[in-house]
Amino acid sequence: MSMKDRMSGNEAVAYAIRQIDPDVMPAFPITPSTEIPQMVSTYIANGQMNTEFIPVESEHSSMSATIGAEAAGARSLTATSSCGLALMWEELLVAASDRMPCVMAVVNRTLSGPININCDHTDAMGARDTGWIQIYAENNQEAYDNFIQAYPIAEDKRVHLPVMICQDGFITSHAVENIILNEDPDVKEFVGEYDPEEYLLNPGKPIAIGPYAISSYVMEARKAQEEAMENAKTVIKEVAKRYREKFGRGYEFFEEYRTEDAEYIMIIMGSAAGTAKQAADDLREKGIKAGVLKLRVFRPFPASEIADAVKNAKAIAIMDRCESYNGHGGPLSSEVRAGLYESGSSVRALCYTYGLGGRDFTVECVYGVFDELQEMMKDNKKFKQHRYIGLRTREPEVG
Amino acid sequence: MAYNLKEVMNKKERLTPGHRMCAGCGATIGVRAVLRALHEEDRAVIGNATGCLEVSTYTYPYTAWEDSYIHNAFENAGATLSGVETAFRALKKRGKLPSDENFKFITFGGDGGTYDIGFQSLSGAMERGHDMVYVCYDNGAYMNTGIQRSSATPMYADTTTTPVGSASNGKMQSRKDLASIIAEHNVPYVAQTTFTKDFKDIHKKSEKAIYTEGACFLNLLAPCPRGWRYETADIMEICRLAVETCYWPLFEVDHGSWTLTYEPKHKLPIEDFLKPQGRFRHLFKPGNEDLIAQFQAEVDRRWEDLLYKCSR
Repeated sequence: MSMKDRMSGNEAVAYAIRQIDPDVMPAFPITPSTEIPQMVSTYIANGQMNTEFIPVESEHSSMSATIGAEAAGARSLTATSSCGLALMWEELLVAASDRMPCVMAVVNRTLSGPININCDHTDAMGARDTGWIQIYAENNQEAYDNFIQAYPIAEDKRVHLPVMICQDGFITSHAVENIILNEDPDVKEFVGEYDPEEYLLNPGKPIAIGPYAISSYVMEARKAQEEAMENAKTVIKEVAKRYREKFGRGYEFFEEYRTEDAEYIMIIMGSAAGTAKQAADDLREKGIKAGVLKLRVFRPFPASEIADAVKNAKAIAIMDRCESYNGHGGPLSSEVRAGLYESGSSVRALCYTYGLGGRDFTVECVYGVFDELQEMMKDNKKFKQHRYIGLRTREPEVG
Repeated sequence: MAYNLKEVMNKKERLTPGHRMCAGCGATIGVRAVLRALHEEDRAVIGNATGCLEVSTYTYPYTAWEDSYIHNAFENAGATLSGVETAFRALKKRGKLPSDENFKFITFGGDGGTYDIGFQSLSGAMERGHDMVYVCYDNGAYMNTGIQRSSATPMYADTTTTPVGSASNGKMQSRKDLASIIAEHNVPYVAQTTFTKDFKDIHKKSEKAIYTEGACFLNLLAPCPRGWRYETADIMEICRLAVETCYWPLFEVDHGSWTLTYEPKHKLPIEDFLKPQGRFRHLFKPGNEDLIAQFQAEVDRRWEDLLYKCSR
C-alpha cells in the first residue's frame, strides 16, 4: 500500500525519519536543512516517534554525538547543510573510519564566501573523500526513497559505513511536490531492527573505540574501508532491488534518460537533472539526439558503468554544481574523465560549472550546452574544456 | 560509608598497568583514583579527549581500559559522551537494555581539550544536563604536543609558546577559573581536587560526581613532571604545596552551594609552590621579586573571592 500526498523535500525526509524512528538524533539548525530537526522535534513532542533528540550547540557536536550514540549501539542520524557540514569535516572522517553506520540528511547549500544560503553542491563535494557513501536526489520522492534505503545500506555487514542522503537546498527541500509515501509498517519492515555486533553498551562485553594506531596498522584500516566502499556497490544494488520489489520504485547508480541512441549526453546530479531531461525532450523534437545521465550514487563512484553508458556518444557534457579550482573542471568532471580514460574511451567531454549559489539553471542553459557540444564536433574544433554556463553578462557601470 | 584508604586502594584497577604514560604522570594517578570511586558492580563507558592519556593507553591493538572506552577527537569529548549517554537512555526506553542495567559515563580530558578547544563541547554537554561526569586532568599546558601554553597555564610559566627570554617573563595572563565557570552552568555538582596524602578528597568528590544524577564536573590538578620540571618523585609534595599556598583550593559546589572542603591552617607563600618547578625558575632571579608579588596578589584575590562564595 502507498499514499499520495504533497510535501517538500524536507518534509519528505522528516516523514521518512519518523517512519524509521531511529534511536538518537543530535542536530543543530542551519538553512536550508533546519526544518528537518524542527519537524522531527515536533513529531517527538506529539508522541509520534520515540527518537531521543539532542539539541547540540554546533554541527561539530552533532556529528560527535551521532558517533557517540552509534558507537554505543543506537541507530543514529543527523541533518545539516553547507557550513554545518564543513564544520563537521573532521568528524565525518572519524565516523567513516570508526565504521559507524549512521545516516545524515544533507540539504545541499553553497559555502562562504560570499555567504549565501542557496543551492549548489560545494558542501557535499567537499566531503566526497571522507569515506561516506553519497546518494543524491532529483526531487522529494527520490530524497524520501533514498532515505529509507540508507540504513539497510549502511548497516550491512559488508559495508558498515555512514551514508549521506543529499537533496538540493530550497529547490528540492522547500518546493512542494506530489509524492507517494509508503505505509509506516512497510517502512519499518524494510529497514528492520538495528542489531550491532559490538557496541559500548553491550553488558559484560566492553569494547574500545578510536585507538591511536602506529604506521604499521593505519594503511590496513584504510584499505578495509576502501573494500567496504567497493562492497557498497553490490549492497546499494541489492537494497534498490528490494526497494523496487516492495514499493515499486526502482533506482540504479544513475538514471539513463534517452541515452540509448544519444549522440550528445549531459551527465548531471540533483534537481537540475529534471531541467536537463525537459531540455533533452525539446531538442529531440528538433531532431537533436540528446540524452541525460542523472547520477544518483557519487560514492562509491560508478566509473566504469558511466563510461559504458556514454561509450556510443559523440560528445558529453559533465555538469558540476561546484568548483574545484584546479583549472580543468569540478569533481564530477574529474571523476568521469578518469573513468573514461580507464575504459579506453575517447569520447570528447566538456566540463561545465553551473548553478553556484542558487543561480537558476534553465532549459536555455541546457540548450546552450548541447549547442556547444555540437559546435565542437562540427569541425572537430579545439574547445576550451572547462566552461561556465549561466553567468550573468556584465552590467554597464552606473553613472 | 567511612573512607578506608587500604580498602579503596585494594580495589581492582580499571586502568590496568602496561600503558605507555610517563612514570609519575599525574593523569594516570588521577584516572585510577576517579575510577576507584566507581562501585564495583557498576559498568562504565569512559570517554577521552585526544591527549597523552588517549594515545598512551589505547594504542592499537592494546587497551589498558577494563571498561568500554571511546576516543573521538581532541575537542569533542563532551559531545561524544553526551551521544553515548543519550543512547543509553534510548536503548533502555526501547527495552534493548534491561531496565536495571547500570552504566556510568565518565570522560577525561586534559586542560587543552577542556579549557580551550573542547570548551564549547563541554559547555553544551553540561548545559544539556547529560548524566555524566567530565573530569579535567589539568596539568596546565598542552603537554602531549610538547608543553605549549593553554588557558589553564599559570601566569609567568615558561612554556614552549610562552618561552622565557630576554624580552619575556613567560605567560602574560593568569589562568582561567574553569571550575567556577562550569559551576555557573548551574549543574548539580562541581568540585576542584587533587592528590592528598590519604586520597580521600579525590575519592569522595569522584564518588559524589559519579553518583549525582546529571552533568557533573571535576577539575583535577594533575602535575606533569616533564612540563613543570620538578623531581618526579615529588608529585605529592607539589600537590600539597598547591593546596597549602591556596594556588589550588579544594572546594565543591553542590547544587549551587559552595563549600571549602579544606582550609590550610597557615596559608603558605606562593614561592613555596613555585620554587621547586623549573618552569618558574626565572621568577627567582634578582630583580623579579615584583613578578612573584603579582602572582601572590592574584592568588590572594581569587582565594578571597572563593572564601566569599563559600561563606554565602
